[in-house]
Amino acid sequence: MNIGTKINSVGKTNAVCDLGLTAQGVSLRSVSKKYGSFVAVENLNLDIPAGDYCCLLGPSGCGKTTTLRMIAGHEDVTSGDVLIGDRHVNNLPPAKRDTAMMFQNYALFPHKTVWQNVDFGLKMRKIPQSDRRTRVGEMLELIGLSHLAERKPVQLSGGQQQRVALARALVTRPKVLLLDEPLSALDETLRLRMRGELRKIQKQFGMTFIQVTHGVDEAFALSDQIVVMNHGHIEQVATPAEVFRTPASQFVAKFMGDQNIFTGKVINCIADTNSDLIELDVKGIGSLFCRGYGAVIGNEAACSIRADLVELEPYSAATSIPSTKQNHISVRITAVELTGYVTRVSLMAEKTGQELLYKVRTDDWHNSSLQEGQLIILRWSADDCIFLAH
Amino acid sequence: MSKKRPLSFYLLAAFFGLFVLFLYGPFSAIFLLSLQGPEGQLTFPMRGFSFYWLGEVFQQQRVGDFVSAFQRSFLLGLLVMAITVALSVLAGMAFRSKFWGSNLIFYLTISSLIVPSILVSLGIGIVFSLLGIDNQWYSSALAGHLTWTLPFAFLIMVGVFNRFNPSYEEASRDLGANDSQTFWQILLPLIAPSLIGVGLFGFTLSYDEFTRTSLISGENNTLPLEIFGMTTNVTTPALYALGTLTTAFSFLLIGVAVAAFQLLSHRQEG
Repeated sequence: MNIGTKINSVGKTNAVCDLGLTAQGVSLRSVSKKYGSFVAVENLNLDIPAGDYCCLLGPSGCGKTTTLRMIAGHEDVTSGDVLIGDRHVNNLPPAKRDTAMMFQNYALFPHKTVWQNVDFGLKMRKIPQSDRRTRVGEMLELIGLSHLAERKPVQLSGGQQQRVALARALVTRPKVLLLDEPLSALDETLRLRMRGELRKIQKQFGMTFIQVTHGVDEAFALSDQIVVMNHGHIEQVATPAEVFRTPASQFVAKFMGDQNIFTGKVINCIADTNSDLIELDVKGIGSLFCRGYGAVIGNEAACSIRADLVELEPYSAATSIPSTKQNHISVRITAVELTGYVTRVSLMAEKTGQELLYKVRTDDWHNSSLQEGQLIILRWSADDCIFLAH
Repeated sequence: MSKKRPLSFYLLAAFFGLFVLFLYGPFSAIFLLSLQGPEGQLTFPMRGFSFYWLGEVFQQQRVGDFVSAFQRSFLLGLLVMAITVALSVLAGMAFRSKFWGSNLIFYLTISSLIVPSILVSLGIGIVFSLLGIDNQWYSSALAGHLTWTLPFAFLIMVGVFNRFNPSYEEASRDLGANDSQTFWQILLPLIAPSLIGVGLFGFTLSYDEFTRTSLISGENNTLPLEIFGMTTNVTTPALYALGTLTTAFSFLLIGVAVAAFQLLSHRQEG
């Protein structure tokens, strides 16, 4: 068993390290978890293909961690089935599931050295001493911490601790790696770097990674597939690009942020070549047009437009006529926030008081002559506006 | 650094000084009087300076046997310590999860601390004679001490386990360890520093316990009973020397415990 490369050079070569790592998929079939009368996770169905990087994304209390812990075997399933590969694992203890978990704050054993921490899983599995030495050595080499093998966890930096936790999880050759908010304990700079390292390692070994996170950026950056969860059920399962471009529900749109959402009643639905053109009557604003499917006339629904897909134009009473191509509303600029490449302009709908957002390239903003307090028209294409049935 | 301190600092410092004097004053008097010359008396002024009376303690006293009383109390303390640590860890583990009647047991255990010590002593004496067991320092007195140390140690362990992060055990199980391996290799080393505290607590509570032993020590006195006996009979500074020696022993014990605590904590910090 030779290590082809170290993490640092993974990007440049496709050499696959022979650390005995292979991947398996995970399936949840009607999985529920109840604590007394409290339902943490309800009737979850999910297929995570082998070799995928999958993020369970949602606010705290949405059931994402419970789901991860049920896959790991640290939490019993109230009903339903957990499958890893094609094995039914409901009744297997964590160590027999071919999964390994990386805990939030890592849970490195503080009384053991880095070497002993990584070695622990092999020792418990009664791997022969000589094999253990080779495998721990290789793993420490891989994470670039061979020189710190005799240190105790508290003597390591946050990033080093994270790598040890990763090594400890990988050394037992799991088919699925489960990560519980692995980056939340790190500061901003380190978080970005370790995020890149996690993705590299996952690609390098082609392993299945399932990660819990409440960070939208993190999920977008890492995932092949994002599972957005809320109140114990799944709101959307899609690639990051799909979640970004076509959020499936008001919750997903709100949770991602930087979306302008309007709620109203469906008053018209015109079948079209691509998708239905739907007219929404929004209280205080009037008709807004958006595109989507599944609209039922008379139902309460919503539409959402990304803050980077709206435009501003000078105010004039004549332009505020609804059309099936363009939506217009009059807004007032309430605050301007420069964040670097992008400037975030806070707006308030003149008639309803609803807070809205406009994202614009900072250079473009500087070339415009718009100012705080000014009354203007916010305009966007009906084709960009997403219909949200619920 | 030469910032002027407000008047309140000096007032509070003086108050703290008084507090320290209040704590150690009485003992300092005993300590000084135990270092008198051979002609020393029970009161000030001191007559000469020597270690004569400290040596005298180890001679066979006319009215008391300090050395064997000390041995008994020391052994009893160790016994109480070992049982207290073992049982409080087990009880603490049990109380990490709710079980039927756990609240009742918890409150019964804690409220047992307010039963007057002398009644506990009396009760144990009665029950032991009912059962036909001899009252001895290693039987009835041991039981009496445990009624005192166990509830305290139990309370401490419940606190220790409350703060214990269960993800260490989950990580251990995740890596393939069974329950016993997880207990011995992960949980026990991690709570070891707290166990030293519990152990020291158990030992000292037993070592200087008087009331709970008073009626049930049997024919042989523990050290506190022996010293109490001497106060009425011994009329030389040997009594003070005894106080100095037992206090020195207590300090030594604390030193050992602190050293052990440091060592165990150090093992976690590398």
